[in-house]
Amino acid sequence: MKAKTFAIGGIHINKHKLSANTKITELALPDVVYIPVKQHIGAPAKIIVKIGDKVKVGTLLAEADGVFSANVFSSVSGEVAKIEEINNGQGYLETVITIKREGDVFEEGMDLTDNLITDILDDKEELLRIITRAGIVGMGGAGFPTPIKNNIPEGKKVDTLIVNGIECEPYLTTDGRLMIEKAEQIIIGTRILNKILGIQNAVIAIDENKPRAIARLHRIAKRYVGVNVQKCKSIYPQGGEKQLINAITGREVPSGKLPIDTNCAVQNVATVYAIYEAVQKHIPLFRRVVTLSGNISHPCNYLVRIGTPISFVLKESNIPLEKVGKIISGGPMMGRTISSLEAPITKTTSGITVFLEENSYKPETTSCLRCGKCVDACPMGLMPLNIRDAVEHNEFQNLKQLHVQDCILCGSCSYVCPAKIPLLDYCKIGKYELSKLQKKA
Amino acid sequence: MFKMSTSPHINSKQTTQTIMRDVIVALSPAIFAALCFFGINALIVLVTSVSSCVFFEYFLSRRLGLKNNTFDLSAIVTGVLLALNLPATMPIWMTILGAFMAIGVAKMAFGGIGKNIFNPALVGRVFLFISFPVQMTTWVKPHVLEFFNLDAATAATPLASLKHLTVAEQFNTDYLSLFLGNIGGSMGETSALALLIGFIWMLKRKIITWHIPVCYVGSFAVCIFISALLTGSARFDVLAHILSGGLLLGAIFMATDYTTSPMTKKGKIIFAVGCGVITYIIRVFGSYPEGVSFAILIMNAFVPLIDRYFIQYIYGTGRK
Ligand code: SF4
Ligand code: SF4
Repeated sequence: MKAKTFAIGGIHINKHKLSANTKITELALPDVVYIPVKQHIGAPAKIIVKIGDKVKVGTLLAEADGVFSANVFSSVSGEVAKIEEINNGQGYLETVITIKREGDVFEEGMDLTDNLITDILDDKEELLRIITRAGIVGMGGAGFPTPIKNNIPEGKKVDTLIVNGIECEPYLTTDGRLMIEKAEQIIIGTRILNKILGIQNAVIAIDENKPRAIARLHRIAKRYVGVNVQKCKSIYPQGGEKQLINAITGREVPSGKLPIDTNCAVQNVATVYAIYEAVQKHIPLFRRVVTLSGNISHPCNYLVRIGTPISFVLKESNIPLEKVGKIISGGPMMGRTISSLEAPITKTTSGITVFLEENSYKPETTSCLRCGKCVDACPMGLMPLNIRDAVEHNEFQNLKQLHVQDCILCGSCSYVCPAKIPLLDYCKIGKYELSKLQKKA
Repeated sequence: MFKMSTSPHINSKQTTQTIMRDVIVALSPAIFAALCFFGINALIVLVTSVSSCVFFEYFLSRRLGLKNNTFDLSAIVTGVLLALNLPATMPIWMTILGAFMAIGVAKMAFGGIGKNIFNPALVGRVFLFISFPVQMTTWVKPHVLEFFNLDAATAATPLASLKHLTVAEQFNTDYLSLFLGNIGGSMGETSALALLIGFIWMLKRKIITWHIPVCYVGSFAVCIFISALLTGSARFDVLAHILSGGLLLGAIFMATDYTTSPMTKKGKIIFAVGCGVITYIIRVFGSYPEGVSFAILIMNAFVPLIDRYFIQYIYGTGRK
């Protein structure tokens, strides 16, 4: 099989997949969990419990507020202790439901065995309802409510489903582990989506640095109709939605449009696994796999209950906090640093990357050499150094022509720049200033 | 308290300083060749040029209130390049003047690294060439490995002899000497072998891409080849033209200067072909035997324009 890749830019980075061969293990249960009512893009879910209520694992805590929202479930059994606003770790206040854990009692009806269920319900509408009810959102990071992606609007059609198993962020290995340990489940999850979309053409795209996952899925996929496996080159950001569509189909998402405009639907591997659990095993989304990695001695992959404080994850793994300089939610290319250790694991937390003090400093910025390395690196074909100039000189009207709104915030430009100019920061400012300018007009 | 910062949280190891260090490493075979062929004379020019470039960079960045970038090693690169573009017999004070033109006028007056329009080392060279044509075109005979041989017997450069060949004559320098560098010329341009080793090193270390050197030399070679076909004259000996004069030094080390070459691959190709054609025109029709410096400087002036019109294809905007 020839490895596919996207057409423009991209960079080679050391992937540091330290925990690629570490089995997923279940993390111990914390005494309290903080469950945010908004773990997705869209409206916060409406809280339907009150302080003092007894809940079980899988009890609905908050209900989706419209289509652009998602249900939120309890991940432990116990008592609703508080409903309050806390620092979400990114410096914003966020409403969370605090649950004091007592024991570990599950709601009725969930099938928690390892038995594989292969037969899929033959009812599109019902399948979509189950996924909606289970509170599933894009678990690769964006948190886009999954039902919307699969509910094709009037006049559009989807001919290809791409299951994103690239995981191009350094250090993270959750998708890679899931594909090895839950290969068949992922293929069945893919078939569920095929059914919903009414197609027989799904491609599971995997980075060539995961040969074991490729081999496994490839072998199993042969037994099923409509599921193919495609190897992709190990270039960052291969896992970006727009890059992956281009790599697999050769199509490009038109500027300002959505993947559906290329007749593609893209779902992350973890999301597809959650879909399998929801549909075949009646398990709503209350846990996920999280990689704990970085400059630590025992990088690993945990199955974590959503709402578990990050401090608990770190304590359970004996991370010497006094030497830690930086904690990142997600990977080092696109992840965000965390200020509060009480911030919880959410549906979209694919990993925690820990950097020691000495690796936590930003390099000093020097003068731009006009070397063009940022231009060569940009997977969208933008000119990051010109975007920076426009922002520095307050020439915001030029930003439209520079297509700053097409920047996918991948950080490739900042990464390669020999002058260590934080180009991505300028792109973010540029996007903001341009949208302000356009609103005014 | 943990550090908060924006993504990405990792950066490539390549910095301005490591790039310049790699360029110096890439230049070291040429420096070595210069010392082999021109001995102590070469060393004097080299040391003078490098130290005065570093001095001017440091002194002027303080005087002009610019960020002090002396430690990024770029001034050393300019100093080495300038020296390699001079004959080994260059008087010390002229070399210092050239260094001042390179760093002071071509670089610092424009605002320092990344802001200049013209290649500093070439500005230095061309200034000296116009001001002191005699010293700049007095090429000593190389003395292989005789370090203290001060005999300054002059030699004609192969290019000059090529230029004056008539149809009936044969070109009389052997290719091996041209390739190794045992010929008259400026210090760094004579040994094609040393320059090619440097080229491979820079490619390997991802300092430059192949586009500019290959397209420059390629387009130039095509022009010479066509002339040879049309005239049948021994003047148009493709290999001799490529191996002699400053073509390889210019194409590999001068035209690829980041700041003064275009940003995109397309732009780089246009730029390089422009350099190739202009070099051809000057060498064949002009009054100078050599055209590389002027060709690159002329194309430097077009870089802002090229950068404006040859932009990258932007994803999702529809290929034409
Ligand atoms: S990579 Fe950095 S130094 Fe090079 S052109 Fe871009 S901004 Fe300038
Ligand atoms: S962050 Fe934006 S500008 Fe920078 S490389 Fe990625 S897409 Fe291009």
